[in-house]
Amino acid sequence: MQKVIETLLIGLTTGSIYALMSLALVLVWRSTRVINFAQAGQAMFATYIGFEISSRSGIFWLGLLFAIVGGALLGAGVDYFFMRVLFKHANTGPAAVVAPVIATLGLLGLIRSVVGLTWGGEFKTIEAPASTDGYTIGSTTIPFSALNALIIITVSIILIGLALLFQRTNLGLALRASAYAPEIAKLAGIRTAQTRTIGWAIAGGVGGVAGMLVTSNNFLSPYSLDLLLVFGFIAAVIGGLESMVGAVIGALVLGIGLTFILNYVGTSLVFIGGFTVLILVLLIKPDGIMAKGKGRRA
Amino acid sequence: MSGLAVTRLNVSHGAIHALHDITFSVEPGQLAAVIGSNGAGKTTLLRTLSGLKDASSGAAQWENREMLGVKPEDLVRRGISHVSEGKSVIPELTVKENLVLGGIWRGDKADTAQAIEEVVELFPRLGERMSQSADTLSGGERQMLAIGRALVSRPKLLLLDEPSLGLAPLVIEQIFQTVDHLRHKLGLTVVLVEQNAMSALEIADIGIIINLGHVVATGKAKELIDDPALRAAYLGY
Amino acid sequence: MESWRKARAAVRKKIAFFILLGWALLIIGDRVDELRVYQGAQIAMYTIALASIVLLTGYSGQVSLGNGAMMAVGGYSAALTLNNLQTPIWFAFLMAILVSACFGSLLGAAAARLSGPYLAGTTLALAVGLPAIANQFSFLGGEPGLLFDVGFPPERFGEEFTQYKWFFWIASVIALLALFITSNILQSRFGRTWRAIRGNSLAAELAGIHSSRMKVLAFTISSALAGLAGAVLAMTISLVAPGAYSLTLSFALVTGAVLAGVSSLPGVVLGGAILVAIPEIADALAGRFGNADSLNNYLPGLITSVLLILSVIYTPNGPGENLRKHLRKKHAH
Repeated sequence: MQKVIETLLIGLTTGSIYALMSLALVLVWRSTRVINFAQAGQAMFATYIGFEISSRSGIFWLGLLFAIVGGALLGAGVDYFFMRVLFKHANTGPAAVVAPVIATLGLLGLIRSVVGLTWGGEFKTIEAPASTDGYTIGSTTIPFSALNALIIITVSIILIGLALLFQRTNLGLALRASAYAPEIAKLAGIRTAQTRTIGWAIAGGVGGVAGMLVTSNNFLSPYSLDLLLVFGFIAAVIGGLESMVGAVIGALVLGIGLTFILNYVGTSLVFIGGFTVLILVLLIKPDGIMAKGKGRRA
Repeated sequence: MSGLAVTRLNVSHGAIHALHDITFSVEPGQLAAVIGSNGAGKTTLLRTLSGLKDASSGAAQWENREMLGVKPEDLVRRGISHVSEGKSVIPELTVKENLVLGGIWRGDKADTAQAIEEVVELFPRLGERMSQSADTLSGGERQMLAIGRALVSRPKLLLLDEPSLGLAPLVIEQIFQTVDHLRHKLGLTVVLVEQNAMSALEIADIGIIINLGHVVATGKAKELIDDPALRAAYLGY
Repeated sequence: MESWRKARAAVRKKIAFFILLGWALLIIGDRVDELRVYQGAQIAMYTIALASIVLLTGYSGQVSLGNGAMMAVGGYSAALTLNNLQTPIWFAFLMAILVSACFGSLLGAAAARLSGPYLAGTTLALAVGLPAIANQFSFLGGEPGLLFDVGFPPERFGEEFTQYKWFFWIASVIALLALFITSNILQSRFGRTWRAIRGNSLAAELAGIHSSRMKVLAFTISSALAGLAGAVLAMTISLVAPGAYSLTLSFALVTGAVLAGVSSLPGVVLGGAILVAIPEIADALAGRFGNADSLNNYLPGLITSVLLILSVIYTPNGPGENLRKHLRKKHAH
C-alpha cells in the first residue's frame, strides 16, 4: 500500500512536468496547426539561461524567472521570424504538408547546435531549490521529497494562472478565438498574427519552466530534454491535442503510469511502455481521451 | 463621395476570373441589396471588401479611403464589419464570449458592456442564453449572435453575407425586419448579399444584380422589383 | 505487345546503366586514396538509407523520423546473425533486410492510420527511444555495442586490395542492387499507386486503391532498405552500438532527403555525397577556429540544421522542382 502511494506521488511529480511540456505543445498546435518539435530546443535554451543565472546568483528562482523570460522571447522570436517565413514560402507541392514538421526539427537541431557551441556538451547541474531527501513520516522515509512537492506546487500555480488567463481575460479570449476560428477572429478585429506570437511566447515560457524543473537535481546537456519532448508529445496525444485540460490530464496519466512501470517492472520497459501507450491511444481512441467526437484533423 | 464606392473591381480564384469590373456605389446610410444566383460572385465580393481576399485590380473606397489590400482586422478599426456566410460564430465559445470578442480591439470594457446590452435589447433571445455555449443555439439564434457580434464593434458599414441561409421563413422575416430597423436606428450603411432577392429588395434602398461575376443591373430597389424582365429573371415571377 | 517490348528494352537499358556505373566505380576505387574510398563506402550507405526515405516520404507521403531506428534494427540483426550463427556475410545482410522488413510492417500497420504530425511525432519517439532500448538488454551489447566484422578481403584480390576497398566494394554492389530494385519498384504500378495516395488518399480509395495496405507495404520496403543501410553502416565502422543510430542520424537522413529532392531517386547519390561532405567541411572550419571540442561536436549539426531549414523553406520539393518552375516560366514567355 505504501509503495502504491509513493509511486502515485512520484508519478504526480513527473506527470506535472510533462503537463507543462504537453501544454506548450498543445498551445502551439491550436494556434498554428504545427507540432513544434523545436519546443525541446526552446526549453533547453531557456534552461541554459536559467542555469547561468542561477549558478551565478545562487538563487534558483531568479534563474527560473530568466528561463521564463528567455523562453518566452525565444518562442515569440521563432514564431515571428521563422514560422511566418515558413508559411509564406513552403506552401505548395507534396512537401507542403511535411515542411513545417521538418522545419521545426531543423530548428531543434539548430538550437541544439548553438547551445552546444556556446556551452559545450558537458553535463551541467542546477542546484535544486529544495531538499531532495524523502520526507520522514514516523519511522519510514518515503521517496517523495520537498523538491517533488515544490514541483507539484509550482506547476499547479502555473496551470491555475494559465487557466485564469484563458478563461477570464480578454487576451485569453483572443487567444482562444484565434486558435479556434482565425478568420472569424480577424473579422472581429483581433490581430491574429500578433495574438499567435503571444501564444508562442506563453508556450516558450512554460517550456522554460518545465526545463528548469526537470533539470533541478538532474543533468543538463544539449540532449537532456529530448525525452521530455517525447513524453510531452505522448501526453498531448493522449489528451487529444485539442484541449489544454486534456494535455494536463494526459500528462498526469502518463507520468503516473510510467512511474508504476518503473517501480514495479524496471527501467527497461519505461520507454517501451510509453511508446506502446502512444500507439494504443492513436489506434484505439485517436481523438484522445478528452475528445467530444470531433475528428482528428491534421 | 463618402460612403462605399467600388470601381472596376476584378477578383480571381487562381485561374478563374470570378468578378469582372464590378462598379457600384452606396451612399452613407443606404442599404444596398446585392442579389444574384448561386456562384454569381456575391460572397467573393464581400470577402474582397472585408480584406479576406485580394483583388487583382480595381478600387474600393469607404469614406474616401482605399480599402483594398487592407487586413480585415484593420478594416474593423475603420468601422467595417463583415458577417460572413454560414453564421460566423465560434461554437466553442459562449454567447457572451462571442459578443465580447467584437469589442476587444477597442480596449474599452465599459463601452463593450454597453454595446452588448444594446445587442441584447435587439435580440432578447441572446440575453437568455449568455452563458451557454454557442453551439447550442438554433440557426436563427446563431445568425442573431453573428450580427450582434458585428454590432459590438460599432460599425459604420455592415457587410451581411446571406443571413437568411438555412433559416425558416418566419425567422428570415424577423432577421430582415431587425436589419432594417437597426440600420435606420444606427444610421448604418449596409451591403446585404442575398439569394432571397424579394425580401432583400423590399428593405433595400438600391439593388445591385450580379450574374456570373458581372454587374447586370443597378438601380433603386423599388424600380428593380417593378421591372418585369428582371422580375422574371431573378425574382422568379 | 508494343508496350511490353518497350518496357523490356527500358529495363535492359537500366541494367546496362547500372553495370556501367558499377564498372566506373570499380575503376575510380582503384585510383583514389584510402580516405576517399572509405567515404565512397559511406556515400553508398547513405544512398541506400536515403532511398528508403524517398520511397516512404517522397512517394507514399509518410513522414517518418524512424529510419534511423530501422537502420539500427538492421545493423543489430546483421551483427547478431554473424556473431551467433557464424553465417556468411551475405546471409547477415539478408537477415538485416528481413528483420527490419518485419519491424517495418509492424510499424507501418500502426502508422497507416496516422498522418502528418502524428506520424512524425510517433516515429520521433521511436528514434529517441530505440537507442535507449538497446542499452537495456545485455544481449544487445549495451552502450559499447557489438562487433560486426566482415573479415578481410579474399586473398585472390591480392595484396593491394585494402580493407576499405573491400568495404567500398561490398557497399557499392549492395547500393547498386538496392537502387536498381528500388528504381524498378518506384516506376512500377506500386510507385504510381503510392503517388496517388500521397496526392489525395480519398480519391485513391475511391479509385479502388487499398491505401492502408499500400502504406504498410511502403513502410515494409522502406524499412528493409533502411535496415540494409544500417548493416552497411555497421560494416564500415565494424560495430553496432546505440550511439551510431542516434536521433542525429535520423536528422541527417531527413536533411539529405530534402536537400536532394525528397521524391527523386537519382538525387539520393547527391544527398549521400552532401551528408559525407558536411563533417569534412565542419572539420575544416573547426580547424581554422581552433579545433575546440565543442566545435567538433556541434558544428556538423549546425551546418546540417541550417541546410535543412534553408532547403525546407526555399526548395521543399528539392532543387529539381525550382528548376522546373524556372524553365516553365521561361517557356511561358
